[in-house]
Amino acid sequence: MSDFRALDGNQAVAEAMRQINPDVVAAYPITPQTEAVQVFSQFVADGEVDTEFVTVESEHSAMSACVGAGAAGARVMTCTSSAGLALMWEITYIAASMRLPMVMMVANRALSGPINIHCDHADSMGTRDNGWIQIYSENPQEAYDNMIQAVRIAEHADVTLPVMVMQDGFITSHSVERVEVFDDAAVSGFVGPYAANFQLLGASRPLTFGALDFYDYYFEHKRQQVEAFSHATEAVLEVAADFNCRFGRDYGLFQAYRLDDAEVAVVVLSSTAGTAKVVVDDLRAQGIRAGLLKPRVFRPFPAAEIVRALSHVKAIAVMDRSTSFGSMMGAGPLFLETAAAFHVLGRAPQIPMVGYVFGLGGRDISPPDLEGVYHDLLAVADSGDVGDPVRYLGVRG
Amino acid sequence: MPEPKGWKELPIGGIIDSPGSARDLETGAWRARRPIVDKDKCTSCLQCWMFCPDMAVVVQADKMRGFDLYHCKGCGICAKICPADAIAMVAEAEAGTEGEGG
Repeated sequence: MSDFRALDGNQAVAEAMRQINPDVVAAYPITPQTEAVQVFSQFVADGEVDTEFVTVESEHSAMSACVGAGAAGARVMTCTSSAGLALMWEITYIAASMRLPMVMMVANRALSGPINIHCDHADSMGTRDNGWIQIYSENPQEAYDNMIQAVRIAEHADVTLPVMVMQDGFITSHSVERVEVFDDAAVSGFVGPYAANFQLLGASRPLTFGALDFYDYYFEHKRQQVEAFSHATEAVLEVAADFNCRFGRDYGLFQAYRLDDAEVAVVVLSSTAGTAKVVVDDLRAQGIRAGLLKPRVFRPFPAAEIVRALSHVKAIAVMDRSTSFGSMMGAGPLFLETAAAFHVLGRAPQIPMVGYVFGLGGRDISPPDLEGVYHDLLAVADSGDVGDPVRYLGVRG
Repeated sequence: MPEPKGWKELPIGGIIDSPGSARDLETGAWRARRPIVDKDKCTSCLQCWMFCPDMAVVVQADKMRGFDLYHCKGCGICAKICPADAIAMVAEAEAGTEGEGG
């Protein structure tokens, strides 16, 4: 039996963490993630979990404590946002390269400066090459579901990588929605016990962690990380299938919404995909064949699967809530990745594709904005002329 | 030094799963100056053995016998610490085969 509760995204994540009952949580508060660890720390204080909660003086220390605990063989979780993730940066690489399967919720927030506490994806997109699996959530329910699945994905024998679970700061981290919370026993049964492959504290098997690694072995260890990502896609699907079987919600590498017979499609992450669904329904009611592809997993990037799912449409818009300064025409990372996928894996002639950068620093993206994107796409599909391939949506001129 | 392993054979995560693997690494390869012991002056007090950071002082039957040049990095701590002034640091280019063979 599950329970339906009114929770915001942070509370939903804290609830998942309570049910997962990790061995160690080391975290530092930062807006808009604070509430998640605050609620969780109350669970610790109330004795509802067995977790050792390590209070630290910075995110650099939080991630360092997570690495230490992970190396010791503990199941580890943390949460952060924005500048907190930036301060963790150095150690996120170490967590990944030491192959420590921890789970971190990131409530996406813009990076300074100018200082800003609202949502965009600059923080997690900046870490896209750090070696973490990245899963994006549309709403509190998905954040809850993804946290639970992330534990299994991270610890999967073919993967053993850290996982970041994203949700949009404030937009979903602080929005109360109806969230289905599963039975504690069902969640702990799903995640199962954790037995680390390697344990610093396993005295019967002495091991060295974090050794110096020059031109003689460093490259081989990086190659192994690349290999782990090639198994991660399958692990994500395997865990999703078991999740669906037990809890009745179907997750994949991405969600295709009214895409099968779509003529024009938008690709967008997280909460904006929720807004886009409303727009798709409105446009469909007007007889316009609009569709949506919402990537769930950005790392590993499901290139072949995305190309296949979009191969029938006449025009594609890829929308980024972050940019990559100095990139090709100032395009965002999701557009660049998707465009590269079509160039390498798509069939000729190429489907016209437009990139939109939107919503930086929490700038609202409204249904009329998205309607405009679909109408732009219809014009592109009609004329075959992409025009300006990268556009900034909602910025004042 | 054994043949380096490929990525498919190595333990993941940069873990070293067999203790004492530093023994196989020729840290002596970057030595610029070589310690040479004058056996007439040496009293086998073994302070060099105690202070050597690389366990490169060879001792047999309580006697200082010379240096393990495979691991000696040439730091010169042994020469500095030696109370009998029995150890000289000689540039590798001028050392020839002197001091080899422990």
